[in-house]
Amino acid sequence: MSILVNRDTRVICQGITGKVGEFHTRGCLDYGTRMVGGVTPGKGGEKVADLPVFDTVAEAVAATGANATMIFVPPAFAADAILEAVGAEIPLVIAITEGIPVIDMARVMPVVRASKSRLIGPNCPGVITPGQCKIGIMPGYIHTPGHVGVMSRSGTLTYEAVWQLTQLGHGQSTCVGLGGDPLVGSSFIDILALFEADPDTHSILMMGEIGGSAEEEAAEFVKHHVTKPVAAFIAGQTAPPGKRMGHAGAIISGGKGTAEAKLAALKDAGIEVAASPADMGAAMVRAIENKHKNKKK
Amino acid sequence: MKIHEYQAKELLRAAGVPVLAGKVARTPDEAAAAFTALGTPICAVKAQIHAGGRGKGMVKGSTQRGVELAKSADDAARIAKGLLDQTLVTIQTGPEGQVVHQVFVESGCAIERELYCAILVDRHAGSPVLIASTAGGMDIEEVAHKTPELIITEPFDPDRGLSAWQTRVLSARLGLPAASWRAAEQFFKALTKAFVNLDASLLEINPLVLTKDGTMVALDAKMTFDDNALFRHKDVAALRDESEEEPAETRAAAAGLSYVKLNGTIGCLVNGAGLAMSTMDLVKYHGGEPANFLDVGGGADVKQVTEAFRIILSDKNVKAILVNIFGGIMRCTTIATALIEASKTVGFTVPLVVRLEGTEVEEGKKILANSGTTIITADGLTDAAKKVVAASKGLKA
Repeated sequence: MSILVNRDTRVICQGITGKVGEFHTRGCLDYGTRMVGGVTPGKGGEKVADLPVFDTVAEAVAATGANATMIFVPPAFAADAILEAVGAEIPLVIAITEGIPVIDMARVMPVVRASKSRLIGPNCPGVITPGQCKIGIMPGYIHTPGHVGVMSRSGTLTYEAVWQLTQLGHGQSTCVGLGGDPLVGSSFIDILALFEADPDTHSILMMGEIGGSAEEEAAEFVKHHVTKPVAAFIAGQTAPPGKRMGHAGAIISGGKGTAEAKLAALKDAGIEVAASPADMGAAMVRAIENKHKNKKK
Repeated sequence: MKIHEYQAKELLRAAGVPVLAGKVARTPDEAAAAFTALGTPICAVKAQIHAGGRGKGMVKGSTQRGVELAKSADDAARIAKGLLDQTLVTIQTGPEGQVVHQVFVESGCAIERELYCAILVDRHAGSPVLIASTAGGMDIEEVAHKTPELIITEPFDPDRGLSAWQTRVLSARLGLPAASWRAAEQFFKALTKAFVNLDASLLEINPLVLTKDGTMVALDAKMTFDDNALFRHKDVAALRDESEEEPAETRAAAAGLSYVKLNGTIGCLVNGAGLAMSTMDLVKYHGGEPANFLDVGGGADVKQVTEAFRIILSDKNVKAILVNIFGGIMRCTTIATALIEASKTVGFTVPLVVRLEGTEVEEGKKILANSGTTIITADGLTDAAKKVVAASKGLKA
């Protein structure tokens, strides 16, 4: 078990004929992901990495039975690509593209919310269930199959955390990159609910960052609905207000979205907080041990 | 991207949002001429900088406020003289302030009431929202904190915009006289349309004024744009005023790097925004102060890494540099080669600590070790942080 993706997930790539789309399609194939095709309008009938290319998502789904899509379409057209995937009723839509205008995403959000599709991203590294299925741009080899569920708003910071877990002998059930944009398809809460329900996930590590209030909402959710041990780190504790720190969503504005507020909410919910980014893996281990101790009492 | 008030008002006027007549001036003579041309008994002379709080802000070394009323052309010239080429310090500029290069001379109006309104994209609602309050002219953050019941929020669909009934809810709750509801409807609808059509990320009108004759006017206007959407607004992109921006940040943006200048002594070069923020936190955790945020992105080449080092070293406060790379798609060997190339061309004047992890890490470390450079290598985040903090203080870890 795992969440979102496993060895049976059938994946297409929207934007497969682009340089980046092709590169990562090959990367996913190498990892063992069941890539079954790709979509680029006007290039139907071509082949990329021996996979059939279709003009539309609907055609690709009909021909391949795909149930997940990975989107590498350039920012100006990416929102439309997400809508096309949702229109074709693909259950899992993972948008890797960085730089989508936020108003475009504001048009996408109500459509996604009213549909049966789940959107992950945009501006995210993707989703991986170690040893089974990788959809996205993360380096596969740093992951190990195991029982820690990992979720984060950032890419390389997730790799860092996964690496620390692997070094400490803790494998991962599934790792989910939520994305660094202000509007993203899935929140910490959505993924927390999936991890809590997944018997193969025994503990949860989350990496948040400044901006917005997703971490505070996650803390509130953990308090009331999560029984598994949770550890967390918040990036940007030294970031000045009013400045966008790389990610479009990583900005403290109007006194909201500060690291202090997020850390306070996490601690209040009984979540083990990593003191520094070097402490993320160790914080997860502490959270697991504390839970065991409390159980024995 | 931010723009000046006078630029925002030009955009709003074109979008059908009521604003007052005004002219921009770059000399006291131009300010006097603007006053005469506008022909109203009173004008406001307003410093144009990319920061708020101008009304209460003060010019360094004088008692000149950032916004002042002029009753004659001479008056306007005097105020302009007190502002132009001077450094204005406001609550948002920080103590160093910002130099005023132009003033906006704007005709006056008879104010009945001052209100507040702003539009932004709300993450939770997943849509744009219009926020309004009766507490015009005040610091909205303080209002939200102390009297949240005074804040009215109306979410709207980007394509449908605000509905007429939503503008009536706003009018009623703002306590506007019924005779002004139609004017308010037109104002709010035009404003929301401008926000969506121009891909703004923030549009703030503080104060929004109800005039004595019952009309609505945007007395101030602050606009920030979604950088990701500038590709489809060449006219907006052309309004960029680089003199208002940190030169190193402008330079970094041109090289495809994400850089934010800070006040510390330890320069940071990292791949990925989250890891870059975390690296700053790590430096601070071990007793150092980061000099910058710098994300070289996922596929940085030798040219970008070289430019990144040049930008970091252009900050004279930098006493040591920490490179933190988690190689995913970017291989450690690539970054190691780039580091050596860059160190040869740039010529380092401060210690350089490098922490590599991820794809091809062993080969990358070997390249650094055999390079004959004075690069200090580190194993793991904590080791790297300790070494760079020590190096910044002229010590050995």
